[in-house]
Amino acid sequence: MAEPLLEVRDLKVSFRTEDGTVKAVDGVSLEVAAGETLGIVGESGSGKSVTMMSVMRLINDPNMRVEGEVIYKGRDLMKLTQEQIREIRGTGIAMIFQDPMTSLNPVYRVGWQISEQIRAHEKVSAKAAHDRAVELLRAVGIPHAQERVDDYPHQFSGGMRQRVMIAMAISCNPDLLIADEPTTALDVTIQAQILELIKKLRDDFGTAVVLITHDMGVVADITDRVAVMYAGRIVEQGGLRSVFYDAEHPYTWGLLGSIARLDRPRPPRLTAIKGMPPSLIHLPQGCAFGPRCPYRFDLCTEVPSLEDRLGDGHLDACHLDTERKRDLRETAIHPELAGRGEPELTEESR
Amino acid sequence: MLTFIVRRLAWTVLVMFVITALTFLIFFKTPGVDPARALAGRSPSPQTLAEIRASFGLNRPLPIQYLLMMKQLFVTRSLVSYSNQGLLVVPEIAAAAPATLSLVFGAAVLWVVLAIAMGVAAALLRGTLLDPVLMILALIGISAPVVWVGTLANYVSQGTLHNSFLFSWVPPLGYTSFTTSPSLWFKGLIIPWITLSILYIGFYARVLRANLIEVQNEDFVRTARAKGLRESRVVVRHTLRNSMITFVSLFGLDFGALVAGGALITEVVFGIHGVGFLTYEAFQALDLPTIMAVVVFGAFFIVLINAMVDIAYAWLDPRVRPT
Repeated sequence: MAEPLLEVRDLKVSFRTEDGTVKAVDGVSLEVAAGETLGIVGESGSGKSVTMMSVMRLINDPNMRVEGEVIYKGRDLMKLTQEQIREIRGTGIAMIFQDPMTSLNPVYRVGWQISEQIRAHEKVSAKAAHDRAVELLRAVGIPHAQERVDDYPHQFSGGMRQRVMIAMAISCNPDLLIADEPTTALDVTIQAQILELIKKLRDDFGTAVVLITHDMGVVADITDRVAVMYAGRIVEQGGLRSVFYDAEHPYTWGLLGSIARLDRPRPPRLTAIKGMPPSLIHLPQGCAFGPRCPYRFDLCTEVPSLEDRLGDGHLDACHLDTERKRDLRETAIHPELAGRGEPELTEESR
Repeated sequence: MLTFIVRRLAWTVLVMFVITALTFLIFFKTPGVDPARALAGRSPSPQTLAEIRASFGLNRPLPIQYLLMMKQLFVTRSLVSYSNQGLLVVPEIAAAAPATLSLVFGAAVLWVVLAIAMGVAAALLRGTLLDPVLMILALIGISAPVVWVGTLANYVSQGTLHNSFLFSWVPPLGYTSFTTSPSLWFKGLIIPWITLSILYIGFYARVLRANLIEVQNEDFVRTARAKGLRESRVVVRHTLRNSMITFVSLFGLDFGALVAGGALITEVVFGIHGVGFLTYEAFQALDLPTIMAVVVFGAFFIVLINAMVDIAYAWLDPRVRPT
């Protein structure tokens, strides 16, 4: 791979709380190449949003501690001054957030909010910025952009607001777009439209995208590579196809098993991962997924390192033998296909 | 927006009618209250009472009496004080109003500016020692009664330290109108302004700090930072702007109440003959027409300022604007 656009090296983010130190991100390393789309998957609290917000230094908490390096175009973002990081926000790295209902300022017109970003980075007249806002709204598919540019956020639907957010994010042609669960707050048909839009803009402008989500379906739709996070660490990372078809980590199996698939026989029940995510204050000894893992064995008391066990660029952090993983994978994801471990039919699932 | 303003002002008229009617009923028609008796002096003969009733229209039907009263208040402005029959109530209030307005306006400027400064400073310095220090100062300000602060200020500036360089500029107690002498007007009001505003500075600073901290955690503030705006712009245009909504509504209420006579204690302590002072005297003499007129004057201001606040509110928050 050529020089990556963004490289996160051993990022650790922790928060001091009354109950102890919360290790939200515990040694994450990842790379994003120019024009590439990386998906970061994991359940709530796995540290995926915190990782990317720390990259932009958007978390303002006096109790927070960050360690590690974030190299963007050869510069360590962690060491920049406020003014230097400000210049990168919006122009180099832009971000779209989860909830479009609350991410726009309710008291300003949407066009004004887009122009504000343009004018924060470029010396252009208010009129020129306003015209560009109209162009951008048109580009993200807002009908009657010329009139709607002067509407307030509450006059837009959720999907339209997310389009406005996207228009704002791309207004200064960023090299990297971080989308933090951009479709989670939207209903399903709108989700697909927003994903299509992100795909289209990515292809048109050659923007790299980091897509944070808990939805494996979204990942499959749009990303080139996938990183799976669990309890503040990356447990598996690789190309989209190899993570989907040759998943190596039992947690990823759990995630894949929880997708309802239309191209396979309908299982009586989707498999769920048993148990709850661990407390980030008192992480379990060894593998953080250990307590929930059905395949745990004695080696799991040691923290598994994230490494390339097959030499194909597909990393995972699981002590299981690669042969054994291959044997277990299919039945773990689709227990009904193997004809064993068939869940009993209950009243509700019938 | 224009129809909204017109409609809001039309409401104001209706509210004013209700207030005047209620005030009239309470002060003149409550069982046991007999204006004629109040007018007639000590142990009047029934004949005198009847005469007074006839000449003041007190024997006419209730709506007519109300209308007569309103006519005397608003049209002829000939409402006479009961305790001092040579005194016309309405011109008396008109003469007292500039003093009150000067006092309240000046204090309001002071309290808005300082409360914003303190509130913003405390919110931005959250987590440092200065935040609790500022908030304790604010709490002391809220807890200090105006009577005490005012009396103490007088004791120091007029008495013990008057001849020192610190307070030698302080003129004697009382109000000098701006047209008489702008410099005396200003000098005489500085200490009353500070005294009156202390409570409000403390209160508003605390309210604003709480609002700022709430808004700081809003998603759109994070968006503003992610856009690459300067921190000062994030604070002023995004955080502060959204925090001012509560501030403005509270300000309208307090400002209205103060103009309407709420600055009574400050006025009495500093000998400023404003509307509050007038109210104070009217209540001591149970002078019903003056009380009535002061209440109507006060209500008028509160209602008017509330209408202005509602309009400002719609300007501040587009979500409440009628479409």
